[in-house]
This record gives sequence, structure tokens and C-alpha cells, in this order.
Amino acid sequence: MVMKMENPDSEKNHIISALVEHKPGVLQRVAGLFTRRGFNIDSITVGESEIQGIARMTIIAQGDEKVLEQVTKQLNKLLDVIKVRDLEVENTVKRELCLIKVHAPTEKVRSEIIQYANIFRGSIIDVSSEALTIEITGDSDKINALTDLLKGFGIKELARTGPTAISRGGKTI
Amino acid sequence: MKGGQALIKSLIDKGADTVFGYPGGQLLPLYDMIYDSDLKHILVRHEQCAAHAADGYARASGKVGVCIATSGPGATNLVTGIATAYMDSSPVLSIAGQVPTHLIGNDAFQEVDMIGITMPITKHNFQVTDANDIPAIVNSSFDIALSGRPGPIVIDLPKDIQEQELEEYRNESVEIPGYKPTKKGHGLQIKRAAQTIIKSKKPVILAGGGVISAGASNELKKLSKLINAPVTTTLLGKSSFPEDNPVSMGMLGMHGRKVANLSVNESDCLIALGCRFSDRTTGKIDEFAPNAIIIHIDVDPAEIGKNVDVDIPIVGDAKIVLQSLIKLLKKDSTPLNTLKWIEHVKEFNKSCIPRISFENNLPLKPQQVMKELAQALDEETIMTTDVGQNQMWMAHFYNTQKPRTFISSGGLGTMGFGFPAAMGAKVAMPENDVVAVCGDGGFLMVCQDLATVKEYDIPVVVCVLDNRYLGMVAQWQKLFYNERMSHTHLGEVPDFVKLAESFGVRAERVEKVGETEKALKDALKSGEPTLIDIIIDPEEILPMVPPGCGLTEIVGEYKIEREIPGEIPYKQTKKAHEGGD
Repeated sequence: MVMKMENPDSEKNHIISALVEHKPGVLQRVAGLFTRRGFNIDSITVGESEIQGIARMTIIAQGDEKVLEQVTKQLNKLLDVIKVRDLEVENTVKRELCLIKVHAPTEKVRSEIIQYANIFRGSIIDVSSEALTIEITGDSDKINALTDLLKGFGIKELARTGPTAISRGGKTI
Repeated sequence: MKGGQALIKSLIDKGADTVFGYPGGQLLPLYDMIYDSDLKHILVRHEQCAAHAADGYARASGKVGVCIATSGPGATNLVTGIATAYMDSSPVLSIAGQVPTHLIGNDAFQEVDMIGITMPITKHNFQVTDANDIPAIVNSSFDIALSGRPGPIVIDLPKDIQEQELEEYRNESVEIPGYKPTKKGHGLQIKRAAQTIIKSKKPVILAGGGVISAGASNELKKLSKLINAPVTTTLLGKSSFPEDNPVSMGMLGMHGRKVANLSVNESDCLIALGCRFSDRTTGKIDEFAPNAIIIHIDVDPAEIGKNVDVDIPIVGDAKIVLQSLIKLLKKDSTPLNTLKWIEHVKEFNKSCIPRISFENNLPLKPQQVMKELAQALDEETIMTTDVGQNQMWMAHFYNTQKPRTFISSGGLGTMGFGFPAAMGAKVAMPENDVVAVCGDGGFLMVCQDLATVKEYDIPVVVCVLDNRYLGMVAQWQKLFYNERMSHTHLGEVPDFVKLAESFGVRAERVEKVGETEKALKDALKSGEPTLIDIIIDPEEILPMVPPGCGLTEIVGEYKIEREIPGEIPYKQTKKAHEGGD
């Protein structure tokens, strides 16, 4: 779920990883808490974790340390939240999935787009006479670079998941 | 057994002897089952009063207070009461009716998203989707509401679930892996705190509501005595420490006592217990306790460092942490350097006891009313207040001695809280006298519940401090808005005595010196619910710290009862404090 896809470099980026109970209303509790404490969310991704019944949330947000500390503590107070960790940006791998539907009315345009997709290790997952859909995975910068290139052809639709993340090495949160 | 019966059984098993409620369409099955049950139900006349009464019940007794309202408007009428309980960490369990599960989300008649609405104002909330879960949900609700930092819980109960047959009544709790409140406190941090305290020359203890909810009043007394530290409290902490003790400095903050505000300013070691440093307590944050090392003990880790930067944080239950701290302090034989300080504070304290005798003034001064209240009541009496001047007069001028005898809406500042809270407190503690001190504005918001105290014969005494003004707002208009009294005069109606009498409630009007004391004594003797309409001087204002100012910048002179030579001048710069004791 992408709530706001901006990524200005001015404020410090935070990657918050949380294990939460996988049940209705938890996303609302977490998202509501961020809003209430004045912390802007760039994106939230939620999905199953390694433990049954427990979901992992990855929240990308920016703000100052003091507000972040308060938000983390408040998150910990939610009964549905089991663990929260602010991941170190440099010791974290972060990936995002993006689907891009590009305007491609001619053979020539289609082959050009396919070449770009190959360079970025994306794959074509749907073709029709007037459009191509590309799937690409990577960090946000890589996805931004490809979408910038494709803008010239006309992007008809774009869907980004927002990053999900995991810390490097053997440690867990 | 049906869902509704399971709910009633679980409530009774958990010790909820009385609930406050108001029926409605989606609660018809539950109320039909209550009809046959042993659950004592008090029908209030507005759902908000049910929530406040449950809150008063909880705060007076330390048990969970329970209220019930129907779906939709019934549930939303509870919201103010739930938010009040949330801000003041009160264990209130609200049970809200809900439309049948198959209609949820259809905008059915009297449907409202109570879970969504109460998410930010509850410690947790549950929507029941299977009647078999009810015992576990009720058990968990009680445990969560009371443990750690107490707080309100909502159970959203759809109509069809109330009628669903349980397969089996299983008396269990919901397992919550994400909930483990820290009780003990970090050993090393407690040691650091002890070392700091031993080195300090001017320690001050600031006690908040956490001391009362943890039942740590005895430990607080012991600590104060052991290290010669004077004690000030927040509004919610009032009654945690006996205020007739010479080292009690009364309340701190915007409407705090001068001795408290100035001593905190001067202190070199502030021990904050179970409090959250609200803006009304600290004044301008940059100027709060500028010379002190701050030790903050609180059960909620999120309160540490939220408003005030803390030097030694200790997360834990106030009682358990204090016990460990006292043990450590007793072991240490380093002689304390604090005698001079405590003697100084005691003297200073005596020099600025606010004047409460105004025997020649008419209309009555509120201070004089407070004095007569104190004369008529004993230390077991549970006082509740409304919000505004009446609350601050009580906090400032009325001394409490025992925990849980002062109940007030602090964080949310909910007008209309005092009277229903008194009703709940009286139900919880029938042996204690219960007196509500309200303003005329706040009381009028909830006056319909005079019917409840009459019908159920709940003998609370309501003192309406009647100045025909929304006094606190009027005070700010006078002081900060060029005396432009925009919409704060309440006019000439109602006649509170006639109003009460129309409900069949005993009532009396007081206008002269001495009458308050007599009216109160008569009321308590009568054993009937009573309203006393006390006509007071609308001109009287409180000494206060203007918003955004430091705690030493008190506006409005004290009417000092006794002057002692050598008293610290009113406004002292921080520099001057550093020189000597």
C-alpha cells in the first residue's frame, strides 16, 4: 500500500520494521498512530512473515529522531504490535516492486521499450497492440530511473508496492 | 448459554458488581438477559454520564468501571467519557451495542464504526465476531485495563452475537504476545537514581496519578521522609500524599501553589513519579526545573522523554521501583545534605499558605467555600470536581489526605465530569461520603442525571459554585483578551434549587458565610442526594502562570495569610537562586 510516493532527501529516512498480529484493523491502528503523532508515512507494505499469524510491516517515513522515538514507543504500546525496530539504512536491503504500463502503438516503440526493460532487468508481463506492461524489482532509485526513461513514451499506469526491507547478515529484529 | 449471558457471567466473575448503562435497539437481547441476571444495572439519563460514572467508580475503588450503551448515538455519547478515561489512565470498560454482523458496513440504522472511532482513545478495543470468544475477551479486557498503565477498553458487541449459543463457556484469556508491561525497573538505573539522590542538596518529589494507580502512597511517604524531600503533585497526583504534612507543597503548575512552583525551579534533583509532564504542569518547557537532574519513574516507556528531557529514566511500576530505591538508599550510609533544604521549604511553605478566610465578603469568596467544605468534611470524603475554576479552587485550596479521595478530569478537561463521577464513586464506595464540586456551567451539561441519583437513591452531595459565568474562560478573557467577555455569561436561569426539586432531589441555596458548612453537614446527615447552590463572587480569579510562561511567572497576587520576614521574593531570577539555599 503506497500512501504517498515522495522521497525528498531533506529529512532523514527511516525504515521501520514491525511484526504485528495478522488480523483486521491492525493496519488502521498503525497508520492512525503515525498520523496522530504528526509523522508522515511514505509507504507501508504488509505481508506474511516467517511466523504463522504474524505479519511483517515495513514503514518508510521521514522525520526527526525525537518524533521517531515517540512513534516507535507508541507503536510498541499497541497490543497488536509484537516488535518494532528502526532498521539502519546502511545495513538494510530494501526492495520494491513496480508494474508499469507503457504506451506502445508500434513495433519500433515496443522493441525500444523492451530493450530498456532488459537493461534494468525488468520483464515484460503483458503485451497488447497499444501497450506493454513491465515488471521491475529493485531499490527505489533504480525504479525511478526506469520510470524517468519511460515517461517519454507515455506511461498509462504505474503501480508501486513501496519498499519492503530486511536487515543484512544473520541478525533478526 | 447465549452470548449476552456469557458477557454478564464474565462481568460478574470479574467482580463488576454494578454497571452503568442505557439500553437501545441493538442491545435488546442483552438487556433481556440482564433482566434475569444478578448484575446490578443503573440506568443513567445520558450515556456520557454512564461513562463518567464508570470512570468515577474506577478511580474511587481501583477496580474496573463498566458502562453499557447501544449502537450508533449511544456509543458515540460514550466517546467523551472514554477519551476522558484514556487521558487520565482510568480502567473503564465500555460495552457498545452494534448492528448484527451481516449488516455491519451497510450503514444500517444506528450503525457507527465504534472500533474505528475509539482506536485513538482506548488502550485496546475488541469487536466480538463469535460469542465463544466473549469470556476470553472480557477477561483480557479487565487484565489489560488494570495492568501496566491503566486505560479504557471498548467491546463492540453485535446484536446477533448476543443471541448466539456458545458451544462451551471457557473461562480463559486471549493470548497477547505484544503486551508485556515492565514492572520492575532497571536495576542499574535505580542505582544511578539512588546515587544522584544521595548527592543532591535540594531534592523535590513530583507525584502524579501513577502513584495512586500503583498504590504507592506509603512508599512515597517513606521516600520523602528518608531523603528530606518536599512533595508536590500534579492534578491527578493530588491525594497521593497527605497535604497536611508540613513537607507537602500542594499542586504544581499553571495553577500550582507558589511554594511548589518556586521549589521545583530551585531544586537540583527532581524525582518525578508516575506523571507525564503535561504542559499544565510544566509551564514553558525550556524553563522547567532548570537546575535539576530529572529522575523519571513511569510504567509507560512512551512517557519517558516525551515532553521533558530526562536524565535518569526508569520504566516500571511506581510501587515496585520505589521499594527497590528505598532499599538501596537505606543501605547507603553516606550522610545526607538535605536537612537545610527541607527546613527552608517548610518555612517558605508556611509563609505562603494561601488565604482562605473571607468572612466579611459577600457574595461569598470561593476560598471561603473551600474552607467551609474542609470544616464540614472528613478525610475519608471522596471529592470530585468538574473542570474550570471550581476544579482549580479545589486543587489549590482544598487539602486531601488519602489516596483516591480527589477525582477530577485532568488531561481531557471534561466539563460535566464531576457530578456523574461522584455518582459512580458513591456506588463503588458507599461507606464514604462523596461530594461533587461543580461550576454552574459544567453541572448544567449533566443535570438530567439528578433523576438517576434520585431513582437509585445515591446520596451524593453536589455543590454548584454558582457565579453565572464560564469562570475559567472568563478569567482568561479578563486577563488576556482585554476583558471582552465573549459568550461566557450564563444568564439568570436556571434556578438550581427548583431544578433539583423538580427531580425530587433535596436542595438548598447558600449565600452567606457559614451556610455552606451547615448545608453540607445537613446534607450528609440526611443521607439523601442533595444539591447545594452556592452563590459566589464572579469577580474572583486565581493566581496563575500565563500560558507559555515559566512556572515562576505567577500572575495575580496571593492573599497571604501570614507574612514571614525573609520570604523569597515573588519573582526571582534563576541566577539569584544559585547563590544560596
